[in-house]
Amino acid sequence: MTGISATPAVHGHGLATGEPVVRARSLVKRFGDITAVDGVDFTIRSGEAFGFLGRNGAGKTSTMRMIGCVSPPSDGRLTVLGMDPVREGASVRARLGVCPQEDNLDLELTARQNLTTYARYFRITRAEARRRADDLLRFVQLDDRAASKVEPLSGGMKRRLTIARALINDPEIVLLDEPTTGLDPQARHLVWERLFQLKQRGITLVLTTHYMEEAEQLCDRLVIMDGGRIVAQDAPRALIDAHCTKEVVELRFAAEDHESCADKLVGIGSHVEVLPDRLLLYTDDGDAIVPTVYERGLRPSGVLVRRSGLEDVFLHLTGRTLVEA
Amino acid sequence: MAHPSVAVLEYHLAGYRRVWLSTVASSLAMPILFFIGMGLAVGSFVDRGGALPVPYLQYIAPGLIAFAGLQIAVGEGGFPVLTNFKWQKVYDSMAAAPLRVGDMILGRLGYIAIRVMVAAIAFLVVMLAFGTVGSVLAVVTPVVVALVGVASAAPMFALAASVNSANAMAVISRIGVLPMMLFSGVFFPVEQLPAFVRPVAYVLPLWNGVELCRATTLAMTTTWPAFVHVAVLVAWAAGGFWLAWSRFRKRLGS
Ligand SMILES: Nc1ncnc2c1ncn2[C@@H]1O[C@H](COP(=O)(O)OP(=O)(O)O)[C@@H](O)[C@H]1O
Ligand SMILES: [Mg+2]
Repeated sequence: MTGISATPAVHGHGLATGEPVVRARSLVKRFGDITAVDGVDFTIRSGEAFGFLGRNGAGKTSTMRMIGCVSPPSDGRLTVLGMDPVREGASVRARLGVCPQEDNLDLELTARQNLTTYARYFRITRAEARRRADDLLRFVQLDDRAASKVEPLSGGMKRRLTIARALINDPEIVLLDEPTTGLDPQARHLVWERLFQLKQRGITLVLTTHYMEEAEQLCDRLVIMDGGRIVAQDAPRALIDAHCTKEVVELRFAAEDHESCADKLVGIGSHVEVLPDRLLLYTDDGDAIVPTVYERGLRPSGVLVRRSGLEDVFLHLTGRTLVEA
Repeated sequence: MAHPSVAVLEYHLAGYRRVWLSTVASSLAMPILFFIGMGLAVGSFVDRGGALPVPYLQYIAPGLIAFAGLQIAVGEGGFPVLTNFKWQKVYDSMAAAPLRVGDMILGRLGYIAIRVMVAAIAFLVVMLAFGTVGSVLAVVTPVVVALVGVASAAPMFALAASVNSANAMAVISRIGVLPMMLFSGVFFPVEQLPAFVRPVAYVLPLWNGVELCRATTLAMTTTWPAFVHVAVLVAWAAGGFWLAWSRFRKRLGS
């Protein structure tokens, strides 16, 4: 398949990098009384990696499913590859790759059969389907499991196979809904490495994730969703610069009451966030203010100075941590 | 390039390929057991009365071949379809591809037609061995049985797309299949039924299939012209397809 085995960094789809490929305006999704997506605006451009960040229930999957043309919008406007996802859904889907939040592989078939049978839905010939399946199994490092049934494969292997399946039609846009959630760090690393390679080949990636460091590294731009709305969108670095100080001092206290500790910290750094298990003290120079903490009579059991990241942006904008502690 | 429904058919055949031998084995065992137990044993009583135009074994054989088609179709059109919606999420994966709901339904109906036809061929071999085939027209029986299968599977799809629990599925299948087996002229002519039950048999796919199978395997004349029986089966298939189509769209389109 051209996009996978050819030399990287070549865009094989005739779309200039930077062209809008997904455009949402006041997009709404309702399920009965529940408003899962509450009027969002975003534009995804060709060749970029675009992330949706948010807690469970924020509306990420609902948004992804509308983009994937399997769930009709309740209101607002959405175009994908310049087409209407409801009227021209099949034509859009022919050019998308989808890795859903939950794997929906056929557990009884072999890894390879999962790819070859799926390829046929895209009108790919049998011979070409076999060729692409073998290429993709190599790409996700499952070539040695090609002939084994899917059922006994590990979670990480199933996830990689689902990603391989999403690439079978050489898609222009790949939608990945929590591609690494639930995987152990090693499996996660392999998946992210492969996503980096796809990005380098000019494939547009649209993904949701819980993993901040990875989102920071992979996503060119991202939106933060909360309660069905977009609360911020920009490049990861720009979001951090706009909403946070450069550094964070994490303070842990053995037994003391966090609220009263926070009171004693007033005036140090730019502001303090109180979490169930720790206090976060925002400042541009962490090492410089740690002595002040001790001067005020506080005796933290743990002190950690780190650079601020997306997790802090999220906390600042929504008042809650991204992943439940 | 092949129609997308053919790709769905291929997918189902890929799964069938792993199990087809064991399904053929049971398609051979079922008639052998029924022929010995019912055909020969019960038949030795029935045939004393001489009420049927042919020996009892010959009478029930075409009924049972049609019933076998119904049974497979209900099995393959019910629970696995629910599984494909709810647990395995096969239909979600298909919906993400450039397939339409009609392709998904047609592809699986095609698979069931093939699956039923293979079983009917195995069944026919047993009928030949027991000497219950009296017409060369018998060669088209597998096609007739496949039509019975499609006529029964299509409405089952609609049902499977509408329920949410394996239990509901099992209860409804059993409630549907048993009376059909008893009241569709498999074991005795429907004329023996109370008059008010008879019209029910006339509209059921199984009775129409049984009539056609008696015509093809024994050259018996059908109650109505053959094309009417075929038309009833086609109506079930078409009506079932339409119902399934709207239920699938509803379930996948949230
Ligand atoms: N098919 C559905 N029917 C009813 N409610 C739904 C459905 N899908 C999602 N929701 C609700 O919509 C909200 C957003 O869900 P979702 O888009 O899955 O969020 P996320 O992917 O960010 O966790 C949640 O409150 C969820 O319960
Ligand atoms: Mg989700």
